[in-house]
Amino acid sequence: MSVASCPGCLAAAPAAEAVGRDTGLPTHELILPGVHCVACIRSIEGLLNARPDIAAARVNLSRKRVAITAEPGLDPAPWITALTGIGFEAHEARDAGRHAQDDGLTLRLGIAGFAMMNVMLLSVAVWSGATDATRDFFHWIAATIALPAALYCAQPFFRSAWSALRGARLNMDVPIALAILLACGLSLYETMHGGEHAYFDAALSLTFFLLAGRVLEKRMRQAARSAAADLAALEPMRVTRIEGATRVSVPVEDVDAGEILWLAAGARVPIDGVLVSANVQLDRSALTGESDEISVTQGAPLTAGEVVLTGPVTMRTTVAAKGSTLRRLIQIAAQAEGARSRYTSLADRAAGVYAPLVHGLSFAAFVGWSVASGDVYHALTVAIATLIITCPCALGLAVPAVATVATGRLFRMGLLVKSETALERLAEVDTVVFDKTGTLSAATLVVPDAMPDAARAVLKALAEASAHPLSRSVLPALREVTAAQLDGVTEHRGNGVSGLWQGQRVRFGNSAWVGVGRGTVLALGATHHVLERREQVFADATETLSRLRDMGLEVHILTGDVAANASRVAAELSVDHVHAEVGPEAKQDLIEALQAEGRKVVMVGDGLNDTLALTRAWASIAPGTALEASQNAADVVLLGQHLSGIPTAIGVARSARRRILENFGLAACYNAVAIPLALAGFASPLMAALAMSTSSITVTLNALRTKAKL
Amino acid sequence: MNVLVILVPCSLILGLGALVAFVWTLRSDQYSDPEGDAQRILLDDD
Repeated sequence: MSVASCPGCLAAAPAAEAVGRDTGLPTHELILPGVHCVACIRSIEGLLNARPDIAAARVNLSRKRVAITAEPGLDPAPWITALTGIGFEAHEARDAGRHAQDDGLTLRLGIAGFAMMNVMLLSVAVWSGATDATRDFFHWIAATIALPAALYCAQPFFRSAWSALRGARLNMDVPIALAILLACGLSLYETMHGGEHAYFDAALSLTFFLLAGRVLEKRMRQAARSAAADLAALEPMRVTRIEGATRVSVPVEDVDAGEILWLAAGARVPIDGVLVSANVQLDRSALTGESDEISVTQGAPLTAGEVVLTGPVTMRTTVAAKGSTLRRLIQIAAQAEGARSRYTSLADRAAGVYAPLVHGLSFAAFVGWSVASGDVYHALTVAIATLIITCPCALGLAVPAVATVATGRLFRMGLLVKSETALERLAEVDTVVFDKTGTLSAATLVVPDAMPDAARAVLKALAEASAHPLSRSVLPALREVTAAQLDGVTEHRGNGVSGLWQGQRVRFGNSAWVGVGRGTVLALGATHHVLERREQVFADATETLSRLRDMGLEVHILTGDVAANASRVAAELSVDHVHAEVGPEAKQDLIEALQAEGRKVVMVGDGLNDTLALTRAWASIAPGTALEASQNAADVVLLGQHLSGIPTAIGVARSARRRILENFGLAACYNAVAIPLALAGFASPLMAALAMSTSSITVTLNALRTKAKL
Repeated sequence: MNVLVILVPCSLILGLGALVAFVWTLRSDQYSDPEGDAQRILLDDD
């Protein structure tokens, strides 16, 4: 390993070496949404491995995480700060080390693939005309490979089918398990009696293709689960507790009622409590949708989810972490019966039609042939052949292959798909309902056009020194300006920032503190400029909304804010349907009302007041800046980028749905040819192999065509 | 047909070899980060 060049690292490196570079399993995992190339890997691993408190760090680019081996229970905050220092956003993951369980599905797939190929080779010899002793010899070899392999590899299907049958239900795995068992049984019988047809290759290719579908499905479910875990990590996990004279960082779960917590400026209140410090400004928009900040005084109650704008402050908790408002809301949202639980996936709907059809046809073939020819053995052969040929190989791949491609594409674009049926539901929506505050717009200070360049330079320097989100909101407008050189910059809590510029005292803050003007003021010695506070629509909002309208979606705005603000934003974005001053419950009712009209609504929101609406809507999207509760309720979360991901997500979802339906169509075509032949008694092992492999391959290739086309 | 006595075991051994190789890749955790492994080729410092 190369060693970093600073003396501290040189001293630390041997210590780290002594701890051992690959000692045991990772103890921590950090989520790195921004990691994307080899240079990122190098700088992150270089930085972390040089630290004395880390034994080993390894980046996983596919999962966008870094696994760290260190002392268990160590606080990862310094690592996160160090990573932020080199430009990587990092969050602690709660599910460290829990992802690695693989219940042998991949191994089963590999064994099934090996066995299938070998048996296929033997079968080719039989198909091309091996007879008598040679054929029997090949059949016996095939049997010795196929029987143990099928029994081992198909266990997931046997188990699932058995549990379905015990519950007196039929699922897709019942015909599958039956087909595999009967194919093996019939082939063994034929082999022992020197028969012509053995279906060992069919039993194995059936197992192989279906296992491939299972592996894809499982990977996707894992990705969805880890997406959900990624989001949980955005919630404050650790809080700073004041114990006498010292500050200790503790996990939020450990906090009890009556403890004193320290919050930095811009931090979210983790637990309900009361304010101990003097007055403070709060941003309550996540809870209520109000865009104005509010001031509270000492002793006032604080609710979890509010953001402290003017920090640092101390607070005393009134409840333990488990009783917090945020937790309660999360629980309510989790318990609410959403569209998610009411929706039946396309695969399940297809299975509902298919499974009885397959069984019915085989049974009909058996009865028909028994009656017609009186030969029960022949009738049984035909029935089993029908079952093998109609078995839903392509159907098992049709949905997972498409969904894997689609979620993979979206993940690379920074969109996390959390629910398995999210894409299918998203493809059906015809109405988009946006929450306003935080989703479409945010409060900003407007830099007046008349402000001279020198003042702009000072403003930039002061704004950069401030932690207050409102002060920092002027920065995008000053991107072209070079910040002025200031001395003695200090932040005055709750008031503003001051400094010295060319010997002149400069201040940027609220007018009461500066002493001139109104609202927010920039004062340069004797002159001053008033910065107007207004609600600014996000840069990509207009384009996103017009793209959505082009896709044929109707756009609504739904907000808890006052009507005047709402209609101004709506006018700016030319949205016709505005619903203002709507409380959380009313938001939910509005969504219900729209859906009662027969619309399918996708709700986009970030606040706690949107949680119920998100749960109720047919599909839901939350921006990455949203609270945990809203992200939990949402199906899709946009990370990094902002609104432009919404039309992309809907576009991919529509494309995916089209591919899934096409895949069902393709599978049906193959069956339409194969079933009559099988019923007529012409089914041969060669035909079964052809129908199965070609339909599976066609379906997979078709899935690859899924893209973000509108 | 005597050639089968040699060829059949041969093909089985080859197949088995591939299976063993696959199990090895699985054991040594080569499927957990396909994207990262592809990029790591470009790292030259270890």
